Amino acid sequence: MERLKTELCNITLDNPVIPASGTFGFGREFAELYDINILGTFSFKGTTLKPRFGNPTPRIAECASGMLNAVGLQNPGVEAVIAGELPRMKKYFHKPVMANVSGFSVADYAATCELLDREEQIGWLEVNISCPNVHGGGMSFGTDPEAAAEVTRAVKAVTKKPVIIKLSPNVTDIVSIAKACEEAGADGISLINTLLGMRIDLRSRRPVLANITGGLSGPAVFPVALRMVYQVAGAVNIPVIGMGGVSSAEDVIEMMLAGAVAVEVGAANLTDPYACRKIIDELPGVMDRYGIGTLRDIIGAAHK
Amino acid sequence: MKQSVFTVIKNEPLTETVFRMTLCGDTAAITAPGQFVNIALDGQYLRRPISVCDLEGDRLTVIYKAVGRGTAQMARMLPGVKLDLLTGLGNGYDLSKSGEKPLLLGGGVGVPPLYLLARKLIEQGKSVSVIIGFNTKNEVFSEDEFRSLGADVTVTTADGSYGVKGFVTDALPREYTYFYTCGPEPMLKAVYRATVTEGQFSFEERMGCGFGACMGCSCKTVTGYKRICRDGPVLEKGEILWNA
Repeated sequence: MERLKTELCNITLDNPVIPASGTFGFGREFAELYDINILGTFSFKGTTLKPRFGNPTPRIAECASGMLNAVGLQNPGVEAVIAGELPRMKKYFHKPVMANVSGFSVADYAATCELLDREEQIGWLEVNISCPNVHGGGMSFGTDPEAAAEVTRAVKAVTKKPVIIKLSPNVTDIVSIAKACEEAGADGISLINTLLGMRIDLRSRRPVLANITGGLSGPAVFPVALRMVYQVAGAVNIPVIGMGGVSSAEDVIEMMLAGAVAVEVGAANLTDPYACRKIIDELPGVMDRYGIGTLRDIIGAAHK
Repeated sequence: MKQSVFTVIKNEPLTETVFRMTLCGDTAAITAPGQFVNIALDGQYLRRPISVCDLEGDRLTVIYKAVGRGTAQMARMLPGVKLDLLTGLGNGYDLSKSGEKPLLLGGGVGVPPLYLLARKLIEQGKSVSVIIGFNTKNEVFSEDEFRSLGADVTVTTADGSYGVKGFVTDALPREYTYFYTCGPEPMLKAVYRATVTEGQFSFEERMGCGFGACMGCSCKTVTGYKRICRDGPVLEKGEILWNA
């Protein structure tokens, strides 16, 4: 459907809906339920240079209108992703996929991206400099403009694929980080990763999560995410992907009005495995209701 | 896995805090005892994973303990309430390894998934022994139900107020060909140490999705990383690595 199409770094998406990394695995569990080729694309499980088990359990806690996770980047490592996951994915997903990459040093990010750059199936590299659940890496690159720029430059030097930097909301001035990434050559920005939070069990009087803190996601974060997307989209000249608590076609449109060219859906996939399909199905009707001809027309409209 | 709407048919207390809910809906995706369903509840963000206790045509029975907001909400539900369920989750128990005299060991709310297992094993002509453990007399449930199936049932209570005093491991029979167990982790560890045959353990963990997408419930095993929700909840004795 033409009216749902959008561009992301010179690649046309059939629609703006993209399952977010960490909530969709490598797509397999969802491909058993529906044809995931209806998606704009999806961002696969955050991949690191070496395999990782992640944090001890409990890794999940609930809160009002959302959840906390402290998975800690469990993944099979980039070599297993290239040798196993990508060939398997070819059978059930036929569009360019978004590779989500994380690391613990600038060299880590560059080495992982260099390996993924050779993979034809990958359309974009989404570089996560914002994971709140790992120590000695992850978010520390996303909370300092200089470090964020350094990762961006290192990754850009090893790939021809569009590089999208995924930002952390756990900062005082997200616009300065986004601008630093843009100046360092980023092709796009995605935001927001989860907000740092915690829960305490009243019976045990101990933190619920083994990692003590975790990342908050779900509808609870939507207004924060929308505000940050609005601020960043208004300050940079590269495409912005909005995410954070998006659960409905209305949320997708709100994010696009704030300036997002595409929208990632995260926690909603965990509570309803059909969430993305429902959002895509509902978009045309919701657009009709609000007098929207094509989604391209409304990107950033709230800034005017 | 299947997502569908079920209707509450019956919801009754078995003890002060444990309830049995019978639901009507499409049960086709449920293929083995020991699998679970994931129930969406209004106002709670995450679904509630609850093991399947029994299954007969379009009737599904779950037994749950009201411990938090979600299960307390379930306890208040009246017949006619519609619930969104994901069914057919998890691997479930493998019945083919039971031998002729399987032993089933359950503790507290780990008892319910053993019911469908016992029924299926007895239907296959096996001689099934069941040991179910509770803290105290007024927490005991399901004893009569297991007896009606024709299982040899022993009840233990930690304070000795009913049945054998002690834990399920204090009542082990002399002879059994295989075992299946579900219960709190300290009990599972005791069963692991006290049993002399191979067996299968059903584990509990806080879950995000319940169908293998989020890696929220991963554990380390002898055969690699496993997701309790998808590759479990049942693990074989030989693959378990206990957390330090």
